[in-house]
Amino acid sequence: MKKIILRGRKVVGGCAEGEALVTKESISGWGGVNPMTGTIIEVRHELHGQSFKDKVLVFPGAKGSSGWSGIFQSARLAGAAPKAMIFNVMTTKMALGAVVTRAPAVTDLDQDPLEVIETGDWVKVDGDNGIVEVTKRE
Amino acid sequence: MRLTDEEKAMLDGRDGRAVQKAMELLVKYGEALGAERLAETNNVSTTAIIGGRFMQEYAAKYGYDAVFSQFNLDSDEVVEIPRVKTNSCQLIAGFDPDHWQTQGVSRERVELNKDHEAYLGDIGVQLMSTCTPYQVGNVPVKGEICAWMESSAVVYINSVLGARTNCEGRESTGAAMLTGRIPYWGYHLDENRLGTDLIEVEWDVESMMDWGLLGYYVGEAVIDRVPVLNGIRKVPNSYRIKHFGAAAASSGGVEMYHIPGITAEARTIEEAFGKKKPQNTFKFGKAERLKAYENLNVSAKDTHVDFIMLGCPHASIEQIWEICKLLKGKRINSGTNLWIFTPRAIRQLADRNGYTKIISDAGGVLMSDTCPAIGQMLPPGTKVVATDSAKQAHYLPAIMGVQTWFGSLEDCIHAAVTGKWSGELR
Repeated sequence: MKKIILRGRKVVGGCAEGEALVTKESISGWGGVNPMTGTIIEVRHELHGQSFKDKVLVFPGAKGSSGWSGIFQSARLAGAAPKAMIFNVMTTKMALGAVVTRAPAVTDLDQDPLEVIETGDWVKVDGDNGIVEVTKRE
Repeated sequence: MRLTDEEKAMLDGRDGRAVQKAMELLVKYGEALGAERLAETNNVSTTAIIGGRFMQEYAAKYGYDAVFSQFNLDSDEVVEIPRVKTNSCQLIAGFDPDHWQTQGVSRERVELNKDHEAYLGDIGVQLMSTCTPYQVGNVPVKGEICAWMESSAVVYINSVLGARTNCEGRESTGAAMLTGRIPYWGYHLDENRLGTDLIEVEWDVESMMDWGLLGYYVGEAVIDRVPVLNGIRKVPNSYRIKHFGAAAASSGGVEMYHIPGITAEARTIEEAFGKKKPQNTFKFGKAERLKAYENLNVSAKDTHVDFIMLGCPHASIEQIWEICKLLKGKRINSGTNLWIFTPRAIRQLADRNGYTKIISDAGGVLMSDTCPAIGQMLPPGTKVVATDSAKQAHYLPAIMGVQTWFGSLEDCIHAAVTGKWSGELR
């Protein structure tokens, strides 16, 4: 099986693995996600209707309301958080959201994760060392 | 991250467990950002009041200190919350204590909220309960480092006033209130406040609706970069520029922009970009304006309107007067509800001016403290909404599952009176 290793930097430590859910569109937290189910509810979003619960969420970054972190914290408390997060653009919403989600998170990867990773790939995230291991779906 | 001796002492527990937990969160958050240090702040706008059902149940089960610990400090351990160290205010909240019955809120929740407000007042959180603290007394000074939530307020104080804040969250503002610190990062630094993208405005933008359309277009174009608007010929008043920022922060994540000669930090295009060159140039003309209008109305199909929402971000007294001038002597349609939202302090002025009576005589209600998107509340049976706010039109279909028309104030008042939407892009 084809494996790809990406290297970046730690945002939140810890290790986790799961199936990737990839979007090239930034995600709105408050008003864009139902925290009880982890479902994207933003009307024109390409992931509209899909849930990130237990997935490795791969996305450009956070947008929209400052309620972003609160929504992801609620998703954690409701058991609907992603297993790990991989993103490109660092913002305060993104950093704080990642911290309170308490799932491994990495950014600043040496290859664009949005190009390398596809929905359905199996992804291991080592937050402490900033390493992402991607096993392409057969 | 480098910490000062004072910050190390807070982290080591000198000021008690709550301050220690707050400092721990700020360090984790600062390291996630890649910040090198913390900055001092004495101006925090936050969401500390109990929100939806989830938090109400949490409060009933574990108490207010537990709510603050979990939701405002991200601490599973319940810590005793001391008086806050900074000038701190509560942003928009879940319902209007004076109109709770109309808003469908339970008496139980009203009592809980009253009790919780007393708790927050006691620790030093001002209960402004608005998304626009800058309209009712918290007007940061140019250069002042702040820790504010509420994307529409963040973009306003950064751009229009020249204060310095990033878009903070519930947990980071909680920690900032207890420590007087926030990671020094992003829009605190000069170089990040410079323009990145040029917007050539080729449409003559003047009305509140056009400012909303321009903002909605710009946010989608630049996402979270720093747009610089060229070609604005007429200085917008405070509510138009408030609408622009709120729209740009909803479709994208704009936290800072420049309109040379108008906003706080750039007199010219050259000053707005510093030594940088624009990464991209976008044009806002007739086609872009139409596209923004269509995107904002994407959810709306039925012309029968149940509910008109005005005042997002919370209306200024000038906006309320403009509504009154259109409403006076009219009566809204029997099957249609009109709710207008403003800060509590401005409603007192509206009461005194006689505006509240003009609105209620016409069949509308002037409300404070909340909005339909934040409170997740609509008049019973609402299926189709109309609003003059790009931000509300962006969020309501997603949050409440309703069709939402976006248009001018005149279109909205006409819909309130007739019960029919006949707005169009003119």
